[in-house]
Amino acid sequence: MSKFSKGKKKPQPAISTASLPDIVFMLLFFFMVVTKLRDSELMVKVTTPFATQLTKLEDKSLVNYLYIGRPVEKYKATYGTKPRLQLGDKFSNVNEIPIFLERFRVKIPEAQRSKITTSLRVDGRVTMGIVQDVKTELRKANQLKINYSAKKKPE
Amino acid sequence: MAKKNSRDRMSNEINAGSMADIAFLLLIFFLVTTTIVEDKGITVKLPPWSEEDPDITKLKSRNVFAVLVNAQNDLLVRGESMDITMLREKTKEFIVNPTKREDLSERPTKAIITLKNDRGTNYETYVSVYNELKAAYDELWDEMCLRKYGVKYSEDLPLAWRKSIKDEIPMVLSEAEPTSFGEEK
Repeated sequence: MSKFSKGKKKPQPAISTASLPDIVFMLLFFFMVVTKLRDSELMVKVTTPFATQLTKLEDKSLVNYLYIGRPVEKYKATYGTKPRLQLGDKFSNVNEIPIFLERFRVKIPEAQRSKITTSLRVDGRVTMGIVQDVKTELRKANQLKINYSAKKKPE
Repeated sequence: MAKKNSRDRMSNEINAGSMADIAFLLLIFFLVTTTIVEDKGITVKLPPWSEEDPDITKLKSRNVFAVLVNAQNDLLVRGESMDITMLREKTKEFIVNPTKREDLSERPTKAIITLKNDRGTNYETYVSVYNELKAAYDELWDEMCLRKYGVKYSEDLPLAWRKSIKDEIPMVLSEAEPTSFGEEK
């Protein structure tokens, strides 16, 4: 009586595909977590500048985005090439910022409203004029936590 | 009899083969509709809005580190032009004043950095200048934290540690209203 019987032929089992859904679900969850549904189409071209002292925005539900840049090709005829501000999905004026912020603010529970961060996604090549106007407007609206969106500088 | 047999066979096992298809469908949906955005940046706390300008004439000039970026993207630091690569070291030297020079800040707690730009300044330049100033403070905090607690400064440290460091080297960066040179027409 040998412990390791060699002669015995076992029937070849079929490869179970039952774990395939698990693998796919794992991938699915990964993508669901790392990605963010973009709620608005970008109408301005934004290439954020490089920087080194970056902080990561933690809670994405507490972040609202302002885009500043030159209109993309499609809108150049209508809106010109001057840097413009985009709030949500449309071109806006600086004086529409308070109402935009307020609309975002009411959706957040009151206890967390002080943690709202405004992410300024500004194209590197625009001039400070419009950025300054936006900053002034943010200060007037008492939205003081802001984040200049930037990319990590390659070594 | 035959009927019973077939039911037995069915209830043996739920066919999970199509589960993968459903999951793939969802996966492809998310792959297509989403974009990975890098949500990183320089976090800044703006000062509250007030109608009158802050009065900095009361400050001793040795405690003020005035940085000016003009519409040509040139840097003027305390009245002298400077290359941006020098800014970080100079700022650190100004804040700590290791050699107790007469023209640098008395104490890190008294040091004030003022940043002023033109409306025509390039945003990229502005961010890189701001980045350097912040980097100076970050490096000082790192150094002090290493000396005191043996670890680098980070937001995960206990609040008391962070506070003790920020009490000794507070980051005071005031931004003046920009001058309207070089405004884009």
